[in-house]
Amino acid sequence: MRLLQAQRLHDTVCRCYENVKFYRDKLDELGVKPNDITSVDDLRKLPFTYKQDLRDTYPYGLFAVPREQLVRVQASSGTTGKMTVVGYTAKDIDDWAVDAARAITAAGGTKSDFIHVSYGYGLFTGGLGLHYGAEKLGAVVIPVSSGNTKRQIDILRDFGSNILCCTPSYAMYIAEAIQEMGLSPGDISLKAGMFGAEPWSNEMRLQIERMLGIKAYDIYGLSEIMGPGVSFECSEQTGMHINEDKFIPEIINPDTGEVLPLGEQGELVFTCITKEALPLLRYRTRDIATLSRDKCSCGRTLIKMSKPCGRTDDMLIIRGINVFPSQIESVLLELNLAAPNYQLVIERQGNLDTLEVQVEMTPEMFSDSVRFIEKTEKKMKSALLSTLGLAAEVKLVEPKAIPRSEGKAKRIVDNRKI
Amino acid sequence: MVIKQLSVFVENKIGRMAEITGIIGDANVDIRALSIADTSDFGILRLIVDKPEEALLALKENKITVSLTDVIAVGIEDKPGAFAKVVKIMSDAGISIEYMYAFISRSDDQAFVIMRVEDPDKGIAALNGQGIKLLCREDIY
Repeated sequence: MRLLQAQRLHDTVCRCYENVKFYRDKLDELGVKPNDITSVDDLRKLPFTYKQDLRDTYPYGLFAVPREQLVRVQASSGTTGKMTVVGYTAKDIDDWAVDAARAITAAGGTKSDFIHVSYGYGLFTGGLGLHYGAEKLGAVVIPVSSGNTKRQIDILRDFGSNILCCTPSYAMYIAEAIQEMGLSPGDISLKAGMFGAEPWSNEMRLQIERMLGIKAYDIYGLSEIMGPGVSFECSEQTGMHINEDKFIPEIINPDTGEVLPLGEQGELVFTCITKEALPLLRYRTRDIATLSRDKCSCGRTLIKMSKPCGRTDDMLIIRGINVFPSQIESVLLELNLAAPNYQLVIERQGNLDTLEVQVEMTPEMFSDSVRFIEKTEKKMKSALLSTLGLAAEVKLVEPKAIPRSEGKAKRIVDNRKI
Repeated sequence: MVIKQLSVFVENKIGRMAEITGIIGDANVDIRALSIADTSDFGILRLIVDKPEEALLALKENKITVSLTDVIAVGIEDKPGAFAKVVKIMSDAGISIEYMYAFISRSDDQAFVIMRVEDPDKGIAALNGQGIKLLCREDIY
């Protein structure tokens, strides 16, 4: 594996140097030539790539292939108004399908299973990622997409879905709805679920497993690297195997950039070594995790990562959607409501996350008329919906109502117990 | 005559009203009339006081969101039909009333009606010459 990785890494760095100005400039600056990269250990000679770099080169600046070779783009939310755009060649799509197919296999999926995909289809990588994986495996994919829980349950029951793919919170929601409809796990044919795109606890896993009568597997991925299937859980359920023939992981100290030894906790960094369209070098995921090479009872020898246990930035994941406080700030600023102070309050009601944006009233927003103030609230709500892709409640509060520590307002109150 | 009304943003929280009216009292300002418009999250407290500018300052010093709003005040006889007459004049003139509230005066048999319209001058022009008594600061404060 190390030899394969070294060879692929070298090839990738060559391609980056030749085709991506951003990387050529960076490597020249560091005095590193592609031929200096001959082993996996040489990784640390390479520069990091940040989400900000994707934003600075928006939309296609880091792509390494001409447009004719691209076959698809996908996008995720960026740290501010702009999205992060990623691209794929035909080979990338095929590789990704293999990654996702491996994940489905690890969750016990076979050719004869019905794979029920309730991740959103669209720019978000969740839906299409699992979809192609299921087809690659030769299973039967049911492309339900997200929403309409009643219909989800009808399909689960009538179509005989065997594996459910969605966010863990939506799985809980479906499980509860099934109970409310007076159905039991015996009425459906599910045997497993593949849940990802947001953090979830082991308690939640046990609850979902009990309520749906299934085994619940974690699946990890991010669009910048590929999409769902970068890593996946196996029957042992003690971490996720990384498809390290395609993505080399590192754990670093987020402050110093120093590479940490196996087993230590730090920021997860990935280098793509087979990607053609967007081969990112040492991409900072901002997820905090550990790596392990302990022998796995499933027989796979791929390195394992722990469930991410936090972030090194202020990104929130709400109903599977990435939300940065800075996005909300730019929405409010765009509405010309002076520079309002705001706070995000996230709750878990039942099993769905809710976001409330509390905004301190400014003289610009105030009026003696209720109608006028409610209009302002509505304007904020619809602007937030279109930017975040997430329905948020807006609550206007009095000036200085948001607590401040050392002059800085506390931006996030996360009351979810994950 | 245009009258100044204090408009105060009040979050729906226990004790908030006591705090705001306390500040007004401490500033030695007397409240003549009040009304509250409320939603599930917040309310707007509307006050007619004897010294609006002083109350405004005191509230602002305490970081309370407050503004002065121009409203019309009319004095009407405290008898059936008197109020309807005022509203009819406004509607005949095509003026829509954003909100209104009324209180009984201490002297003579009068009721005071406070009206908020988009253009107070237009409202006053409509009422003038219709036998409606428009009030000025001195009448109320």
